[in-house]
Amino acid sequence: MDNVIVATRSHTHEAGASEEHAHVALPQHRHHFETEQQQREAGTFGMWLFLLTEIMFFGGLFMSYLLYRNWYHDAFVVASNQLSIKLGAFNTAVLIGSGFFMALGVWAAEVRKKGLLVLFLVLTTLLGLVFLGVKYDEYHEKWEKHHIPGAHFDVSEFVNPHAYGIKEEPLAPDMAQKTQVFFSLYFAMTGMHALHMIIGIVLLGWLTYRAHRGDFSSGYVAPIENFGLYWHFVDIVWLFLFPLLYLINRHPGS
Amino acid sequence: MHDGWKEKTMSEFHDPANVVNPEHADHHIITPKTYILVFATLLAFTGITVGAAFIDLGILNPVVALGIACFKAVIVILFFMHVKYQSKLVKMTVGAGFFTFIVLITMTLTDYVSRAWGLW
Repeated sequence: MDNVIVATRSHTHEAGASEEHAHVALPQHRHHFETEQQQREAGTFGMWLFLLTEIMFFGGLFMSYLLYRNWYHDAFVVASNQLSIKLGAFNTAVLIGSGFFMALGVWAAEVRKKGLLVLFLVLTTLLGLVFLGVKYDEYHEKWEKHHIPGAHFDVSEFVNPHAYGIKEEPLAPDMAQKTQVFFSLYFAMTGMHALHMIIGIVLLGWLTYRAHRGDFSSGYVAPIENFGLYWHFVDIVWLFLFPLLYLINRHPGS
Repeated sequence: MHDGWKEKTMSEFHDPANVVNPEHADHHIITPKTYILVFATLLAFTGITVGAAFIDLGILNPVVALGIACFKAVIVILFFMHVKYQSKLVKMTVGAGFFTFIVLITMTLTDYVSRAWGLW
């Protein structure tokens, strides 16, 4: 009979609630959940369903990258070598640090330490901003070199690399044009990733304000925990973008 | 009968499984010590993947880079995202997401590879 849903004796709602679920006392507990754990699991489940749609959203971009990299391999190699591994690796470390502080923030909310929670949320935000700052610098360099796809795109570094002191094999003009495909995907993927980070930083500001007000230091962790899931998901996207865009084309011909 | 249904609010329908189900065991709090270990591992593997990019491994370069990225993603999911300590429902949901992504890749590539069969 364990799995049978039964209507309990008719009684007033308030009396029934305190009789059967005396352990649920938190004001954020919604009446349509029987226990706090059930409410929490439902929230986590819902957040993961949202993240699944995000996996498929970024998945389409990764799929395009995989396909075009195989089609225009030579163009992808030289275009990818335009990116700075140093900046990419630095940003990876910054983002891992940001995720680390976010994870500590969830812990601080669990153990109800308000001051630590606010501190960790602020550190998460700061490292997120550092990441975006470096990204801005990288985009700006592409802008100056006319490596943004479109009418002003400049292929001269790819058809005549030796004139620019670049140790690459020159590309035929038609293949050199395909470097625009790489940069389109580069801007689409890192741009969508950066947009997710900007949205995350806005949410972090709101969560920090509420954490400071004391909303999350009396056992109500769900908003912090579910935002943490989002923030870590954005980290994971970058963990794949970094090797795909910056690293795997290091060796022409491989 | 219809009136009787209307009188009952949601919380008066009691499913014993919600209380006795072992899946709803006490919430596990991951300690900062675990997070520090995960953080150090992630940084170490970032270093390794950058180093590996400068060694010519031929066809294995992308394989190693993606293998390390997958490993890092898995420990982020298991520990930072607490999936290791979640219920089977959440674990299967996460698995279903990545499975669907693999279906996307496989079926799209099947199409593109077979379309020009023998011409490459």
